[in-house]
Amino acid sequence: MPYDFFVAPFAEFEFMRRALAGALALALGAGPIGVFLMLRRMSLVGDAMAHAILPGAAVGFLLSGLNLFAMTAGGLIAGFVVALLTGLVARATELKEDAALATFYLLSLALGVTIVSVKGTNVDLLHVLFGNVLALDDQTLLLIAANASISLLVLALIYRPLVLECVDPGFMRSVSRAGGPAHLAFLALVVINLVSGFHALGTLLAVGIMMLPAAIGRFWARDITLMIAIATASGIAAGYAGLLLSFHVGVASGPAIILVAGALYVISLLFGRVGGLLRQLFPGRHLEA
Amino acid sequence: MGCALQFRNVTLGYDRHPAVHHLDGKVDTGALVAVVGPNGAGKSTLFKGIVGSLKPLAGRIERGALLPQDIAYLPQAAEIDRSFPINVYDLVAMGLWRRAGSFGGIGGRARTAIEQAIAAVGLTGFEDRAIATLSGGQMQRMLFARLLLQDARMIVLNEPFNAVDAKTSADLFDLVRRWHGEERTVLTAMHDIDFVRTHFPETLLLAREPVAWGRTPSVLTPENLLLARRMCEAFDEHAHECVAQAAAS
Repeated sequence: MPYDFFVAPFAEFEFMRRALAGALALALGAGPIGVFLMLRRMSLVGDAMAHAILPGAAVGFLLSGLNLFAMTAGGLIAGFVVALLTGLVARATELKEDAALATFYLLSLALGVTIVSVKGTNVDLLHVLFGNVLALDDQTLLLIAANASISLLVLALIYRPLVLECVDPGFMRSVSRAGGPAHLAFLALVVINLVSGFHALGTLLAVGIMMLPAAIGRFWARDITLMIAIATASGIAAGYAGLLLSFHVGVASGPAIILVAGALYVISLLFGRVGGLLRQLFPGRHLEA
Repeated sequence: MGCALQFRNVTLGYDRHPAVHHLDGKVDTGALVAVVGPNGAGKSTLFKGIVGSLKPLAGRIERGALLPQDIAYLPQAAEIDRSFPINVYDLVAMGLWRRAGSFGGIGGRARTAIEQAIAAVGLTGFEDRAIATLSGGQMQRMLFARLLLQDARMIVLNEPFNAVDAKTSADLFDLVRRWHGEERTVLTAMHDIDFVRTHFPETLLLAREPVAWGRTPSVLTPENLLLARRMCEAFDEHAHECVAQAAAS
């Protein structure tokens, strides 16, 4: 019965409903953010920042256990500290920004795992690394929903300057001063979405729900509006299908969501309308004009 | 005729090294001025000073009632990310920024203006094309359409006809002439001396120092061009402080 397979898990189990709500909210905020990260060629920066927030979250965990507020605050502080240190090192030394960031996020990751392993169990460590979308409590769910709402509202406010700043920064500077503030606001949105992703998917996979949907969108759209719509839709689809998969097959839910997104990505890579591999291999006969 | 730009002993440069040295003079409102000079003569530097993105090391640039934002500027190589997923229509529409800003709507009248601008540069039918698919000439046409929409009193073009074919540069120069007819002030950096002789009434010949400035035939003489060509391109790392500046202060 399709109902039993597609709907029943969510109708019958509250934790599944919560997980679904969390996954959908996450995808709503992360989709557009991921597209802009990709278009600004900052895909890996998002990944590095996701790892950078770990020691802060771990210190929060050390002080007060799996406490939402402490871990979020710690994560935010650690994220901003790493961003700041990276900027300083890149300016003061010969090391370039990417190399400086790489050193700091690797240290952060190692430090974070060490801190968690000092006090916590392996279960806690798994929770921090891979999140637990099936155990979202009210507070966490509210945090994720609030972050998604803030992201969409702020994006709506800064959308035009942000797009223009990406396409033609020189022109943007010549007509308006809104470009810099728009970029900073965007970075802040990246961090709060990473914190959301951290709670649901853990530090290692948080950025997956941003970047995989964005990459999927790139294979189907030549226009940024459509790209964002496709990215968000595929993030939502991955969240839903991933939870179903994890329920029926009994695998971990966070990785299942990312794996479904990965499957959608591979399909797009092969069959995508814009630059998909099959299109490139078999472009068809050329047109008359 | 009013004065759109007044240079008062302007020196522009980088790291205290002058790239434009002691420029005096004025640009009348509605003038069509060619800025000519070898590579490294300071044409781009001068334009950066005019649009306010570079502060003079000494002297003043007076823009009258114009703010730097009122000047439409087409850089030599626009910093456009050509892989960005945006179409021709939306990019041209950005020329309306001064009126629409971050939040303003683009209404029926603005849409008509956008379509007219696209038609004026001969890109009708390209509205939905991604900018990544444009040729170099089409790209330049699109940027001119955006300039048209900016509706600025002063327009500064940095080598706008380089790397475009004769047909495109002729079409685009028709727009420059139209702006001139509408009494907008237009400054254009040019390399094609013959083209300047035929089409520009006024010329500034720059070789770091201003070599000559005035009516084109009297500026583009063989002697002046030779002088400009002798300009030394490299900065002298051990240069002393400029005496003229010390005397002035």
